[in-house]
Amino acid sequence: MGEEVKVFGYWASPYSYRAELALKLKGVSYEYINEDIFGNKSDLLLKYNPVHKKVPILLHNGKSIVESVVILEYIEETWKHNLYLPQDPYDKATARFWIKFIDEKCFPTLWLAAWSPENEREKVTNEACEYMKTLESALNGKKFFGGETIGMVDIVASSVGYFIRVTQEIMGLNLLSADKFPQLFQWSEDFANCSIVKESLPPRDKLLPFVKGLIAKYQQDNAKA
Amino acid sequence: MAEEVVLLDFRPSPFGMRSRIALAEKGIKYEYKEEDLRNKSALLLQMNPVHKKIPVLIHNGKPVCESLIQVQYIDEVWHDKAPLLPSDPYQKATARFWADYVDKKIYDLGSRVWKTKGEEQATAKKEFIETLKLMEKELGDKPYFGGESLGYVDVAFIPFYSWFYAYEKCGNFSIEAECPKLIAWAKRCMQKESVAKSLPDQQKVYDFILEMKKRFGIE
Repeated sequence: MGEEVKVFGYWASPYSYRAELALKLKGVSYEYINEDIFGNKSDLLLKYNPVHKKVPILLHNGKSIVESVVILEYIEETWKHNLYLPQDPYDKATARFWIKFIDEKCFPTLWLAAWSPENEREKVTNEACEYMKTLESALNGKKFFGGETIGMVDIVASSVGYFIRVTQEIMGLNLLSADKFPQLFQWSEDFANCSIVKESLPPRDKLLPFVKGLIAKYQQDNAKA
Repeated sequence: MAEEVVLLDFRPSPFGMRSRIALAEKGIKYEYKEEDLRNKSALLLQMNPVHKKIPVLIHNGKPVCESLIQVQYIDEVWHDKAPLLPSDPYQKATARFWADYVDKKIYDLGSRVWKTKGEEQATAKKEFIETLKLMEKELGDKPYFGGESLGYVDVAFIPFYSWFYAYEKCGNFSIEAECPKLIAWAKRCMQKESVAKSLPDQQKVYDFILEMKKRFGIE
């Protein structure tokens, strides 16, 4: 059957990346359309995501699905091979819990710690470290959050494992360090070294200047407010 | 096998109400434990060490935290009765989207309506109504967000109806005047025993809000 699968994304977006990685893990071919989200959002973007006007958008046979975690669940239920969520309802609930924790606590606080002004940074950094300690406990000796192979929690945690690591490099911070969080650090190394992940992540040399510019913008906007 | 289901909860919590409704829809017998949020029980701290929040669903000794995760869990485990999520992946995704939208908007905007005054409150009221109108548009002509029967989005959203009177009194506005179809939907949901028994009386919620305002020194 002719499947039409498209992803509207942004090359540097950690959320956009999740949708792409999930499709690649399932071996699903798709057309990628890069949206100019900082400039002019296309008519199609506004048509397919009128409520939030954001990327990523997954278009499957003309029907749009938005919000990265909703997209991940949809992909899992539509292409039922190479599953990345556990089958058992309790284990599934646990995975969903960690995904929510990453998105509501870990990732936003880590990002805040990266661009906060000096005088506010310590408090936010302490909070971020608490969250990372908690996230590390979810690994519980496993190689990946999903066990032996990448699961949905790992896909979502790429925001922390890759994008935040790049960010902290720019800012000269040492949030996710091998000595403070050895298991989480090792996980981020193992994750980034998976061939399917390695070939799909936005390249560091492009991402670094982009994130640097974004941080400068956040700091500028915050100073004005 | 004897199933043991416990819900650690707090009566006015809209999040707790979601799990109550889901359990009632499925006809599941469970033990309800009311928590004193100023003096959290050892059980709550043990079962939800990360967030220390209610509701916590404990099934055969194992905790499930976060209300929407609990509703999905209940739907998956007791799947043979009153399905809350559709089986079609696209319809499921749509339901998840709107439940997520309710989570992102309603509680925070509603909180700002009762906690603030003046211009801040006016802005919150305006955004709150806009959000409700969008939900009303999504409902369309369907009796429930779930179609012909109560679904995931209904369960996610209806608890906030018990807070509408409090929002209206604090914000000095009428939700029914702005969103009559939504109120009609809410009243339809309240006809169901699972919903009526799970939601506290609106006056009681308002009394609770007044107590909160006093306690936190909000006029």
